[in-house]
Amino acid sequence: MNTKIAYLIAIGLLLVAPLAIYPVFLMKLLCFALFASAFNLILGFGGLLSFGHAAFFGGAAYVTGHALKVWGLPTELGILVGAAVAGLLGLAIGSLAIRRQGIYFAMITLAMAQMVYFLFVSSDFTGGENGLQGVPRGKALGFIDLQDNLSMYYFVLAIFVIGYFVISRTVNSPFGQVLSAIRDNEARATSLGYDVDRYKLLAFVLSATLAGVAGGTKTVVFQLASLTDAHWHMSGEVVLMTLLGGLGTIPGPAVGAGIIITLQNYLASGPLGAWVPVVLGVIFVICVLAFRRGVVGELREVIRKSF
Amino acid sequence: MSDTGKYILETQGLTKEFKGFTAVDTVDLKVKRHDIHALIGPNGAGKTTVFNLLTKFLIPTRGKITFNGRDITATKSAEIARMGVIRSFQISAVFPHMTARENVRVALQRKLGTSFHFWRPVSSLNRLNDRADELLTMVGLEHFTDAVVADMPYGRKRALEIATTLAMEPEMMLLDEPTQGMGREDVELITQLIKKVSANRTILMVEHNLGVVSTLCDKITVLQRGALLTEGTYEEVSSDPRVKEAYMGKAA
Repeated sequence: MNTKIAYLIAIGLLLVAPLAIYPVFLMKLLCFALFASAFNLILGFGGLLSFGHAAFFGGAAYVTGHALKVWGLPTELGILVGAAVAGLLGLAIGSLAIRRQGIYFAMITLAMAQMVYFLFVSSDFTGGENGLQGVPRGKALGFIDLQDNLSMYYFVLAIFVIGYFVISRTVNSPFGQVLSAIRDNEARATSLGYDVDRYKLLAFVLSATLAGVAGGTKTVVFQLASLTDAHWHMSGEVVLMTLLGGLGTIPGPAVGAGIIITLQNYLASGPLGAWVPVVLGVIFVICVLAFRRGVVGELREVIRKSF
Repeated sequence: MSDTGKYILETQGLTKEFKGFTAVDTVDLKVKRHDIHALIGPNGAGKTTVFNLLTKFLIPTRGKITFNGRDITATKSAEIARMGVIRSFQISAVFPHMTARENVRVALQRKLGTSFHFWRPVSSLNRLNDRADELLTMVGLEHFTDAVVADMPYGRKRALEIATTLAMEPEMMLLDEPTQGMGREDVELITQLIKKVSANRTILMVEHNLGVVSTLCDKITVLQRGALLTEGTYEEVSSDPRVKEAYMGKAA
């Protein structure tokens, strides 16, 4: 009940937000919030630390860009094609990585994502160092001109809400139950007759696909896909967002993304501009040492204790 | 009665070698249907390794395992579980971040065939609640249905583990030290519970507490340094001087 009210308030605020805040900034925030939420599906609920999610985010960013610019696909379809490719990439990387656990899993995902990155560096269709520029935003549903920032904002908001709902449903589904059982005690889940690798793989593919939706949407917003999207920095940043917001809570990663993107934006224009990575690093260390549950996790704990 | 009818689980020459060390050495084990069968032996005798081999958490180096007359030597862990052989673990095997009812439901839900359905609401599992609560009541956890398992006392976790195992309707249960690390009251609770759930089932258990073994078990197999030392009833085994020697050393 309380959660429902909180979500209604959040949606209300997001609907009126562009009156007060620059829409392009809000759109960036929503894209990363979706990316982090998708990532949390595999880290927070699957218990697997992927260090290669930039491959899915960046891969979809390029594919969506190419689909819109070169193939001239409608915007929605372009994003879906990007997401589908990210999902397939997730299937390929995931099938290899889930055979291992812990640090080995993380290293395999990182190595595979680096291979994808170098593929993008050397391919022609990505535009190399220049990136894929001038991607047309197109029209939503064939008639809403997305060149207008406000229309674009509500289009992104709709995608975010749908993506967020899919994630929240996945966590609270029969599949989600098995997934948390596997995260809690893998050997026991096996001894109850579950082929755990298949469940982990499905979670990984879902996470990659949704990360792809975020990456594709980001390309439409900025009309640009670049190497930054696929760089391992991006994989690290999404870990930071998720941990800061609250690992394994559904709204946590979105909150974490909000904090990081806001900080980056404000710090970059101030006197600390060159020191952004240092500031974020300090915040990360404080968070891990003092607020291990993340912002949302700690808030929940406070509420739980005071009632 | 034919041999396959009489014995539910058999091993022939079961062997596990780790780099130059033989943890389990040509063990021929025969577990009679509907028996409570104990596997005992001093530390390092290979009891848990045998469990891991039977449930394929480890791959045997040599030997053959048959369950109900079927060769399961090459069958995978999850598949063995689906055939009706469910194991427990030395440390309590529960899902700590879920409630007691959810723990049992995880075992029940596989049969619904919706376990890959990520688009279905979790409330679709509510029709399993009655069965889950019934199982929880059976092990005396009726007041813990909505408790988060991490907050439950140790003995209760072990009881929950048994409820979850029962949810699989196993033909055979493998219990790895079910009373380990428990106070006397909990030991009593779990012993009664094992007695209760053993009806129409076969149980193979590793157990250190000889009091538990003597009250519960129909047959006892003693392992020493990975090999089968002797077999028999509690009286037979406990009067065997080789068993005393294995436990106490030569001086005793």
